[in-house]
Amino acid sequence: MDLGPSREGDDPQGHHHDHDQGHDHGPDQVHVDGKTIPLHEAVLAKNDRLAERNRGWLRARHIVALNLVSSPGSGKTTLLERTIRDLKEEIPIHVIEGDQETVHDAERIRRTGCPVVQINTGAGCHLEAEMVARGLAHLAPPPRSFVMIENVGNLVCPALFDLGEQAKVAILSVTEGEDKALKYPHLFRAARVMLLNKIDLLPHLRFDVERCLEHARAVNPRLDIFLVSALSGNGMEDWYGWLRRQVRSGESAGLC
Amino acid sequence: MHELSITRNIVAIVSARANGARVTRVTLEIGQLSAVVPDAIRFCFDVVAKGTVLEGAQLDVIEIPGRGRCRNCGREIALGQLIERCDCGSLDLVRLSGEELFIKEMVTV
Repeated sequence: MDLGPSREGDDPQGHHHDHDQGHDHGPDQVHVDGKTIPLHEAVLAKNDRLAERNRGWLRARHIVALNLVSSPGSGKTTLLERTIRDLKEEIPIHVIEGDQETVHDAERIRRTGCPVVQINTGAGCHLEAEMVARGLAHLAPPPRSFVMIENVGNLVCPALFDLGEQAKVAILSVTEGEDKALKYPHLFRAARVMLLNKIDLLPHLRFDVERCLEHARAVNPRLDIFLVSALSGNGMEDWYGWLRRQVRSGESAGLC
Repeated sequence: MHELSITRNIVAIVSARANGARVTRVTLEIGQLSAVVPDAIRFCFDVVAKGTVLEGAQLDVIEIPGRGRCRNCGREIALGQLIERCDCGSLDLVRLSGEELFIKEMVTV
């Protein structure tokens, strides 16, 4: 297992969970036979540290990075394709594509003319900060651009792994349940924006939009919500407006 | 199955801290609102620990119940789930505990 140690002292910034370290144990006590050694280590401290490093790297370049999260089939890639095409002249967008297997989504994004890197997580069900660091190094996005990180389609795991993004954008489609936000509260609570996609299908479905929004707001009263159809283009202008505001307000905007 | 990745982190952290010593027990603190399933961690642990200083170690999990305080009425209540309504009707709760994901301690020989 070569995941790298997560020793105390590795992190110059420290971590808010590490307050117990350093005064009741030390490397010299580790070899005492049968001894109980208090650790008090946050399990995800290493990912959190790498995410902070990504965030600093992005901030220094005034790059807005968004972490797009949803279930499989919510229309993330279609939404991204349309956003890239419609904003082409205005905002330079780079994409990090996360999928368990295949490069299909990266190929779709590449056809829009946008720089993209595909990360296959294999057995992993989510992207981690270290993968995004590699993706950023590969893409080398220019200052004042956007990086869209399309996470693996999954409503559970991505909520736990900070990637260093400014904001998580949750995408829900009207072909899913109205109560998705209640069923997966971790993710909707972690998100800054919710896009309710595929609204062009509403006439054919029994989907109570108001109820869906009510549930989402119960989980996260601060959510910015946009109703969109990536296919017809309906409502997309409001989403673009939000993106433009992130550019205008620079690095301080949308911090979550 | 983020538990596989989480278990790898646990084994990596404990291995580094054990500094070559054999680890016979690891104790975790997992909050009941943390979206991490202790049974799934146990399932992964034996597999991930194989071939490391943690191989064969016992894994203890202390589950920490969720508690929150209502911002509206100030009452402290048990949180069985992430979104809970206070008796006063408010959903505006500060979570006090239940989201922990810590390695508490280890025993080495």
